[in-house]
Amino acid sequence: MNAPVLETIGLVKRFGGLLATNNVSFRLERGARHALIGPNGAGKTTFVNQLTGVVKPTEGQIRLEGRDITGSRPEARVRLGMSRTFQINQLFRTMTPLEMLLLVLGEREGRGLRFWSRLDARGDLVDEAAAIAARFRLDDAIDTTIATLSYGKQRQLEIAAAFAARPRVLLLDEPAAGVPEAERQDLLNIVADLPEDVSVLLIEHDMDLVFRFATRITVLVNGTVIADGEPAAIAADPAVRAAYLGEGEDA
Amino acid sequence: MLTILFDGVAYGMLLFILASGLAVTLGLMNFVNLAHGSFAMAGGYVTVVLMQRYGMGFLATLPVAFLVPALIGAVLERTLYRPLYDKSHLDQVLFSIGLVFMSVAAVDYFMGSQQQLVHVPSWLQGRFDVAGVGIGRYRSFVIAVCIVIAVLLQFVLTRTRFGSQLRAAVDDQRVARGLGIEVGTLFTLTFAIGSGLAGLGGALGAEMLGLDPTFPLKFMIYFLIVVTVGGRAGLIGPFLAALLIGVADVAGKYYLPQAGAFIIYAVMILVLLIRPQGLFAAAR
Amino acid sequence: MNMASPTTPLPAAGTAANAATAAGTAANVASPATAPDTASPARALLRRRRAWKPAEFLFWGAALLAPLALPRSMLLMNEIAILGLFALSLDLILGYAGIVSLGHAAFLGVGAYAAGLFALNVSADPLAGLVVAMLAASVLGFLTSFLVLRGTDLTRLMVTLGVALLLFEAANSWRSLTGGADGLQGIAMDPVLGLFDFDLKGRTAYFYSLAVLFLLFLAARRMMGSPFGLSLRALRDNRLRASASGVGVNGRLVLVYTLAAAYAGAAGGLLAQTTQFVSLDVLEFHRSADLMLVLIIGGTGWLYGGLIGAVLFELFQDVVSAATPQYWQFWVGLLLVVFVSGGREAVHKAGAALRQRVAALFGGRRP
Repeated sequence: MNAPVLETIGLVKRFGGLLATNNVSFRLERGARHALIGPNGAGKTTFVNQLTGVVKPTEGQIRLEGRDITGSRPEARVRLGMSRTFQINQLFRTMTPLEMLLLVLGEREGRGLRFWSRLDARGDLVDEAAAIAARFRLDDAIDTTIATLSYGKQRQLEIAAAFAARPRVLLLDEPAAGVPEAERQDLLNIVADLPEDVSVLLIEHDMDLVFRFATRITVLVNGTVIADGEPAAIAADPAVRAAYLGEGEDA
Repeated sequence: MLTILFDGVAYGMLLFILASGLAVTLGLMNFVNLAHGSFAMAGGYVTVVLMQRYGMGFLATLPVAFLVPALIGAVLERTLYRPLYDKSHLDQVLFSIGLVFMSVAAVDYFMGSQQQLVHVPSWLQGRFDVAGVGIGRYRSFVIAVCIVIAVLLQFVLTRTRFGSQLRAAVDDQRVARGLGIEVGTLFTLTFAIGSGLAGLGGALGAEMLGLDPTFPLKFMIYFLIVVTVGGRAGLIGPFLAALLIGVADVAGKYYLPQAGAFIIYAVMILVLLIRPQGLFAAAR
Repeated sequence: MNMASPTTPLPAAGTAANAATAAGTAANVASPATAPDTASPARALLRRRRAWKPAEFLFWGAALLAPLALPRSMLLMNEIAILGLFALSLDLILGYAGIVSLGHAAFLGVGAYAAGLFALNVSADPLAGLVVAMLAASVLGFLTSFLVLRGTDLTRLMVTLGVALLLFEAANSWRSLTGGADGLQGIAMDPVLGLFDFDLKGRTAYFYSLAVLFLLFLAARRMMGSPFGLSLRALRDNRLRASASGVGVNGRLVLVYTLAAAYAGAAGGLLAQTTQFVSLDVLEFHRSADLMLVLIIGGTGWLYGGLIGAVLFELFQDVVSAATPQYWQFWVGLLLVVFVSGGREAVHKAGAALRQRVAALFGGRRP
């Protein structure tokens, strides 16, 4: 259990004069249910963007299963076993969920440059896509243009697409953000039902979800880790309480 | 040598006046108006018509060459351009190419396809020698006018209420509206002035650049180069870029006539690849 | 969604002839009885999606039979087929991969000059010349693809425009090779496949161009329906998510840009061979601009847009230039302005309604 599946060592990111990530050393254990919380503007998304390769860190190192991936391109990190969801839906709006899942599966299997193959040439992948759609409660919408899906369904697809890459590390960036109450329960169940061997890092505002889900919590304020531990300890931590009280209703 | 440099500077100055409106609409308002040259052409033809049909003097036509395109610009901005501000660059490009084609064909229809000659007054013709360097009178005049306009523009944009309102509106329309700035009127006015300046440039440039119905197509790429190479943060970048291009183009055509406009295009592509934000772009 | 499809999906590959005969069978089978879904509904869904629609058989059947109805217009039809192929090429990068270009004429021009020079200096065999045209254009496409990988739409528009202008200047200056403003004259082609002589009425020209268009269309249809085609759509829809899904951006774009260049080169080659003349006109800016209009008329991202756009554009041009040849560009301009300022939505709404009606008529599935 001692080798972390994902690890950052002294990660620093500066935007001009602004220190968005301040010497963050972070460990995600195998099979973890880990939450990263912090008030608005704490640098959570910047941190995730560095993990996934969208933003290059100024200093420090990122290791995925012991391998240094600090300089890897985003698509390479996906192939190495880490995928993510986005805080704001990033979907292929003109595709259907089936097509979007097939795309992810195709890329996972290295079929993306096959220009003479048919989409259904690998029946097993098609069935897998259908199974994933069912698992994420999208089976009734499998052939509907994504742009016309309800917001809640789009959120589910957001997670399904990340899951389809068969990641060993899954980063969920505020999965429940903006989901209306009626569709919320579906989403929470989906998050709770993720397979145990997938290590999950949840970036979230919603304390309800965090405390239901996480077995470990890291608190980020102004780009700095101010606390890291089990939920009960975090809830009792005076520094965390101070940071959140200052934030008002966001807590 | 120095004569070439001088001619290049005059050419560059002219390019700047022609493109300054585009520097504002594309650079600040982020609207790709390829039809900018059509307004320049309109100015040129206003001068031609006034001189040939109504016998007006060259200088007297210049204010009209500013006003008519400005008016056309204002009307088109209100009716056709405005709905496209939010559309993609591709749509803006297609729309403005459409306008170019229409203006080219329309001018051809009404004025004929031949080159128009503009006779500048005799006191502006010929050259004088300064220390062995031949200096064209008309080119000196163009440089002088352009410097005045450039200084005026920079002053208006950076030092006046109009300028600060415009910059605010470009940065964030909603906030600007909240501050009580009439964004619509401001954009119309800006667009009109830009079109007017293009028209003035077209009139001034008729003698040097030539004037025929294909003018907007021929110079479209030059205006774009001025703005993209110059960077889109203000007017100083495009001004330097215009001078650079003017000198490079004149020198290139003199020393390497077989290369044509090759060098200019190649430089543009290189700049776009290496510094997509422009050569002279400072942090905004 | 339970609309009928032909019980046995026809393979995408086929010849014009069997496509035409199959049109009849497809129309017969198309009745509101759903074929039983076999193992998995998702697999059946994908099969249905890629199956040929009745309207497609109709389209190609009509193209094949058009000379019977209008035997005197085959030169015009040849132009339509070539413009359609050129537009298909732009659709590959614009409609599928989302790369904007204002300089697509560069590839048409290179293809045309390559085919013309090959015919004059090496061999007058049309098919060999066509291959050369496609190769030449794809080399240029490959080299310039690296220029469009980065930057915004605006920089792409300008870079592609710049490349086309550069080429125009080069062709204009390099008189010994291109003939400058006079162009390449006296191109005489051998018979196609050694059998069909090019005739003055344009019969061989049309069927030759149509056959090339059809084969390349089949290939495009197959490629855009492949995992590669899907990844292009992914890049167009959302690059951020595409790379977060493991799609390597650069490789895909280089490949599709090179491919599209080859298609445009083929169009240029056909143009040179069937008109037996190449001039600077093939590299002119208006070629690229007209092409945009063609694709806007027909709609992007469904392969038939360029073909339908080409038909409408050429017919319109034929009518209008008969009246005022000199001011044709005015009407192109007006169409562009009207289309962008709201006309496009209206036309596509009407088109969608029409498609639905046609689909209902044949019991097929809306594309």
